[in-house]
Parts: sequence; structure tokens; C-alpha cells
Amino acid sequence: MEDVIIGLEIHVQLNRLQSKMFCGCSTAYHDSPPNSHTCPVCLGLPGSLPVINRKAVEYGIKVGLALSCKIEEETFFYRKNYYYPDLPKGFQISQYDFPLATNGHIRILGDDGIERNIRINRAHMEEDPGRLVHAGTIDKAKYTMVDYNRCGMPLLEVVTEPDLTSPKEARAFLDKLKSILEYLDVFDGSLEGSMRVDANISLKGGDRTEVKNISGFKGVEKALSYEITRQKNLKRRSIKVVQETRHFDEIRNVTVSIRSKVGAHDYRYFPEADLAVLRIASWVPEIRATLPELPDAKRERFVVKYLMKDDHAKSLTSEIKLANFYEAVVKASNLPEKSTVWIADVLKGELNYRDLSIESFQVEHMVDILQMLVKGEITEDGAVQIIRALLDKKGKDPKEIVKSLGLGKAEDDAVQKAVLEAVKENAAAVADYRAGSDRALNFIVGTVMKKTRGKADAGEVHRLVKQEVEKA
Amino acid sequence: MLLELKSRLQVESCEEYLSRLYEKIEKSELYGFTTLAKESALEQAKQFDKNHGKGILAGVPIAIKECISTNGIETNCSSKILRGYIPPYDAHVIEQLKAEGAIIMGKTNMDEFAMGSSTETSCFGPTKNPWDRSCVPGGSSGGSAAVVAGGEAPCALGSDTGGSVRCPASFCGIVGLKPTYGLVSRYGLVAYANSLEQIGPLTHTVEDTALLMQVIAGHDERDSTSARGQDCSYLSGLQNGVAGLKIGIPKEYFGEGVNKDVEKAVWEAIHKLESLGASWQEVSLPHTRYALAAYYVIAMSEASSNLARFDGLRYGLREGEDKDWHTTFSAIRAKGFGPEVKRRIILGTYALSAGYYGRYYLKALQVRTLIKEDFLRAFKQVDILASPTMPIPAFRIGERINDPLSLYMADVFTVPINLAGVPAVSVPCGFSGRLPIGLQLMGPHFGEATVLRTAAAFEAATPFHEAVPEVI
Repeated sequence: MEDVIIGLEIHVQLNRLQSKMFCGCSTAYHDSPPNSHTCPVCLGLPGSLPVINRKAVEYGIKVGLALSCKIEEETFFYRKNYYYPDLPKGFQISQYDFPLATNGHIRILGDDGIERNIRINRAHMEEDPGRLVHAGTIDKAKYTMVDYNRCGMPLLEVVTEPDLTSPKEARAFLDKLKSILEYLDVFDGSLEGSMRVDANISLKGGDRTEVKNISGFKGVEKALSYEITRQKNLKRRSIKVVQETRHFDEIRNVTVSIRSKVGAHDYRYFPEADLAVLRIASWVPEIRATLPELPDAKRERFVVKYLMKDDHAKSLTSEIKLANFYEAVVKASNLPEKSTVWIADVLKGELNYRDLSIESFQVEHMVDILQMLVKGEITEDGAVQIIRALLDKKGKDPKEIVKSLGLGKAEDDAVQKAVLEAVKENAAAVADYRAGSDRALNFIVGTVMKKTRGKADAGEVHRLVKQEVEKA
Repeated sequence: MLLELKSRLQVESCEEYLSRLYEKIEKSELYGFTTLAKESALEQAKQFDKNHGKGILAGVPIAIKECISTNGIETNCSSKILRGYIPPYDAHVIEQLKAEGAIIMGKTNMDEFAMGSSTETSCFGPTKNPWDRSCVPGGSSGGSAAVVAGGEAPCALGSDTGGSVRCPASFCGIVGLKPTYGLVSRYGLVAYANSLEQIGPLTHTVEDTALLMQVIAGHDERDSTSARGQDCSYLSGLQNGVAGLKIGIPKEYFGEGVNKDVEKAVWEAIHKLESLGASWQEVSLPHTRYALAAYYVIAMSEASSNLARFDGLRYGLREGEDKDWHTTFSAIRAKGFGPEVKRRIILGTYALSAGYYGRYYLKALQVRTLIKEDFLRAFKQVDILASPTMPIPAFRIGERINDPLSLYMADVFTVPINLAGVPAVSVPCGFSGRLPIGLQLMGPHFGEATVLRTAAAFEAATPFHEAVPEVI
């Protein structure tokens, strides 16, 4: 893998903003009829003029600071000229020289198990184009329709240096970027098309290809894996990789060459005279003061404050919502160590298994479960069953589930009674154990568990059975 | 004149007055109007007769250039590609006019997309000069100037990118002002060269221009280049005279290439101002000879991008069978644009192309800065500059249309003003035969009050604004 070179360009919709980049149209278009979130400005009607959404630039600067970028003294917009039906002005307002932010980095865990910085070349702002819609599939549709609802959505394009060496690292980078954006509350990754990736891929010494418009994190891993395999196969057969733009076909999981009529694009960038130069350096101190604790800092704090392992801290801080959930549970229960294990190891696993987010689970429920555990009212096995039942909507709160599933821990007397009975009933097994068979002991433990219908603590039962058998 | 008209309309019927204008227009052979809004205008006049409004322009009819967006009235820039386009919104200036009670009569002919100085490149054919119908009215706001000079409308709005208000004002013997860049909102003005153009009035008198400016000037948050905090009460102080005023005579604006009648009339005007108490001195604007080249590079570059949106997809010309995207929009643009527009788009595209950008566009921007500095330096010595508006009187229809370079040369005294962003007015100052001659008065940025005060003093002391073309 060490000979693979990957660089990413990530288009992030700053979709936590209320209005579009250059007009007052609402950004909440996702469930609206086509072309209902438009105005003369985002439709590019003759005579309309753009006005910069100051808040969007503030969000952009916020991201730049969080990525440890240098924020330019002044920033301004350019026109990127090309013809396409989703681009109603025939140019996209974007940035070129003097982008908002340059020279940053994001820390990720490399494939070699060592953390390192992936350099960010730049982050610049632009407007999203509209969206082409085909009735049925692209091949079979008789015509194409355009929906301009997305047109003018504020986009931040983050460009990395070619520092990534595998699809897995690319994924780790994107996960970290998403995490930071959500920490900053500028981005909601759950909305369709909120993050789109272009990837540059080459093998050391070879030409690079650009795979465009990959949506979804799994898509990035798949597209990159395919492209690397394709390039390696070419290399094996001594065929040169052609420097070109390729499209990722999500259905067939392959990349295909996009044959463009003209050679290199000439976007004829030039300054957008309808917009003023922004002297943003003076905005920075105020924006910096609003930066929240970011994932890396939170992770370090968790290790120190809650005395947890770094792995646990990393896991719990990977998403702002999970980290907040954890701290809320600790605050309410005052059980940091138990909270760590039960949230990072158990709850997160159950959520992932069901493809659910932490929002599917209530802080109070976690607190109840932990407290019942500590008081010995339920067993660890019972706690897992409660979590599953809550996630599968088979009960409304932990106490009710304990009752309905009969998970209350059996009384010691009842357990003792069951142990005596089991030993008495299974004389053969007792004899086998005494003859050296450990499995025989397990059989007796199983009988006790059956008698107590799982309410007994298995470890405790094992201890009692052993004591009883050895005593006799 | 407009104030007089206003008081007349308090006693006479506005509807009858307007009906007489429309009768005249319908019989007219000037071809100044292209689209009439007769029905809505007469209805508005009827309402006015019933209930006289309080607005500054209550009941005053006005003609609007085809490139200024009017809600519900076709706005086609005299181009085939925009035929049938009816804007769903009003330009800022139209909102202002309506708010003050003005009545929109209809739209006036222009050079296609304002590209020309003769109104001959219009898809509707040329407008005629009311003083000599074999001559052009100037351009690009030729329709607006002709209908005012020809008595078909009491006032009009035009737009000035490189002289497009002042040139036709000069050729038609009326007053025309190009305001300081940023003084009048461009929101709704269909862009030709957005860093250069301003909307300006075309009227019979300086006072009328001042009156219209009071209505249309001022900050508009929808235009990011719109200036804040300007005092726009141009009527007050208009009669304060020119005693002590220092006039600069830019030596580069006289001599070779200037028609003898024009030069004589302008010098007589300067001496007239001197007799009114002003003094004059020669000044130099040393970079004048580079202005035309810089202007055309900038204007064409911006035009190539501004006109990219006209692809027939959302509005305007849509003819023939739809094929794939590139074929269809190419065919529409081939059919919809006239030869001058195509020439400027192609040259502008070339100037912005990779490898040429630095040689042409950037160079032109550098020249622009030098020209602006010329003016700033001159205005340290003098209060105002005076020159011919056009080096020649109106030329014959067809005389120069096949010689674009000689047409471009005619803009030599008007384009530097747009490059510098300063205001300039053209006022009638004499005749060459029966063709009017215009005096150009240029002021520093936001020096409209001085410019208009000087023009008003000159007008009050001369009879030229009272002359009426024989055709009327």
C-alpha cells in the first residue's frame, strides 16, 4: 500500500446556515417540490446581483480555524466560467487566488498505527449548482430536468495535499473532517448530498486520475479501492495510466472514463466585480473565541478527567453527540468508569449494529441501567438485554423492561436453593467433576441458571456450585 | 420641465396627456420605443386623475431602456435571444420610480445588450435621430434619447457603460448623466460590463436630471457595490452658480480627431462659464490614449461572462428541436445573438483565456488604475473637467456600422469616465448644421452636485436646451 498517493477535494455544504450563499432563499429545501426554493438571484435571472451571506463566510473561517489554517487578510470571489444546465448564470461564483483559508492539517490514525497530520492545502467558498434529475435512469430517460433548489447553497471546498496512502486512510480523514464540522455545528452530514468528494489517485511514479463526484463515505472507499486495483493491474501489464477524469458508478462499483470533448478545461477565472473584497483578518479574533472544544482536545481531556483509555476517549469523542451523551450520563450518574465501558463498548456496538445514532438512546435510560447494575438489581447480561430492548422499541423504559422480561436479579436464597437442588439432581455430573471433568461443573451451573431463569449472576452461581460440590 | 408638467397634471387630465403621447408614438417614425406598456400606463394615469398621489414624480410618464428589468413588461435588451422574456421583478430604479408615482410608458430601443454607440445593432433595427432622421441617435441608449428629444416621453432612463447615456444625449441635444459608480443601484439592470455601468437619466433640462437622480440614487442592499450615506438632494443648490469654480480642460480631449464645430462649441461653452464667474486652466490626463484599449478589453471580458447565462433553457429564445445540451444551447446562441455581440463575446473569451489573462485583462485593470489616478490628480487642482462629449456630431445610419474600429473610436472621451468611476453629464452646447453638440462636464467621485450645478448655470445662460427638432 505504501506506493499509493491520494489527495482529496471535499465539497461540504454548510447546511446549518438558514439562507443560501448569495440570496435570502432558505436552505431547507430537501423535502420541497423542485424549484420552490428559488429567487431571481439564485436562478441567475438577467439583472439580478449576488450579496454575500456574511454568516456563511464566518462559518467558513470557523472551519478554517478548526483545521489550523491560516486565514487570509483579505478574501474575494472569482467567476469560474463554464456552460452547464445546472449552472444558471453560465459561471459559478467561487474563489481562486486568496481563498478564505490555507495551510492547515487534520490529524488521523495512519494505516501503520501511528497518528500523523494530513495537510490541508486550502479551503475556499463557492455556490452549489442546481441538480439534474432524470426520469428513470440516465440511459433511458428521454429528457433531463433541472431542479435549482440546491443552486446557491453555501459550499466549502476543502483541498488536501496528496498525503493519504490508502482508501482506509481516506475514510479516516473524512470521518475526522465530518466530526470536526459537526463539532462546529456548521454541517449536518445526514442530509443527502451534503458532502461530495473528488479524489486524485496515483501509484508512485505514475500519472494520476481524478475520480469525480463520489458521494458517501463508503463510496469513497469503494471508488478508491477500485481505482487503485485498476491502476495496479495496468502497471502489472506495463500499460501507462492515462491522466484523466473518471466517474464512479455507484451501482457497478467501478470508475469509468469521462470522455470530454475539449482537452483541459479553461475556466477563465476572473474577479467577481459584483462583490466587495472582504477584509476578514479583523473578523478572526471574534470567531476564534466562539470555537468549541474540538475532537482532539476533548479526547485528551476525557483521558485525564475520566481516567479512561485513549481508545475509549477516541471512540467517545468521534461524534459530538456521543461525547455530549457520555458527559451527560457521567454528570447524572457520577459513574465515569462504568459509563465509559457501557457507552463506548456496549451501547456504541449495539447502535452500530442497528445503524442507529446516539439520538436513539436517552441519557436517563443509560443512567437508570448503570444505577441498577451498581445496586446489583440486574446482571450485566440483563443490562445488555435492556439496551437491546430499548433500541428495538420493545419497551419504554429500563424499569418496565426489567419487569416485563423478568430480568430482576434472583434473591440469594433462591439461588442457594437452586444450587442445592441441582447438585442433588445431578449426582452423575458431581461424580464426573470429582473425577476431573470441568465440563460437568458447567452442566450443573447451566441447570441452576435454568432454574433461576437467567436472573442469577453466572459467575456467582459458578462459585456456589463449585463450593457445594467440593464440600460434599 | 418635469416640475412644470407636474403642476399642469394637477389641473389637466393625465390620461389625456398620456393618450396624446401614445398617439404620437404610434405614428412616430423614430422607432425609439420597442415595447409599450400602454394599457397599464393609461390605467395608472386614470387612477392618478382620480386621486393625485403625493410622490415626487406623481403622474409623470417615463420611458425605460430595454435592459432595465420591469416586472410584467418584456425586457429584451433589443436582442433576439431575450425576446419574450418578461421579468418577474422590478429593478431597484423601477421600484423607486413607482414609489414616487411615475408611470412606466414602455421600453426603448438600444444597441443589442448596450454594445454600440448608434443603436444600429438592435434586433429591431435602428432608431432615428429626431434632428435628422438619416442620422443615428447615438447609443446605446438611443431609443431613450430619441423619444425624449422627439417629444414622445418627458423623460427616460438609460444606462451608461462607456458613454451610452452621454453619447445619445449629445447626439439628440438633451441632458444625460452617468452617475458615480455605486450611486445608483444596478439591481435589475441586465449586465453588459458590470464593473463599468450605471443607470442614468435622459431629460430636457438639468433640473429634470437632478429630480430623477433624487428618486433613483441611494443605497440598495441588493447591490453590493451600492454606496452608503450619500446626500442625494440634488435639487437644492442647483441654482448656486459657478462663481469661483475651477474648471480643468484636459488637453488630451481636444485637437486631433475632434470635429471643428464641436471644438468651437465646447470652447464657447467654456468661455460662457468663465463669463459666469468660473476660471479655467489646462490639465493633463496623461493615460487617456490607453483608455479605449483598456475599456474594450474589460468590457468584452466581463460581457463574455455576463452573457453566458443566455442559453435558452429558462427564458428567451428556444427554437428548433432540442438535441443534446451543447448542441442545443450553441444553436440558440448562434441564432439569438447579433454579430456585434458575438464579436465582443469571442474577444472577451479570448482575453480571459489561460495564457492571455495576464497580457490583456490584468494589463487593462492596471491601465484602469492609472486612468483613475489621472482623474484623482486632476481633481486636486480643479473642481470639474470640461470636454466635448463626443468628438463628432451624429453620423449617418449605416455610415460606420461595418467599421467597428471607427465606431469604438467615437467613445474616446466617454470611456475614461467609466474606467475611473466618476460622474459626467452631457448638456447641449450648440449645433453643427442642424445636429446638436454636447458639452461633457466631469466631476470627482460623488461630485454630482457640482457637476449638475455647473450644467444648470450653463443651461440657464444659453438657449440650446430650448431648441426643438423640426420633425415635431
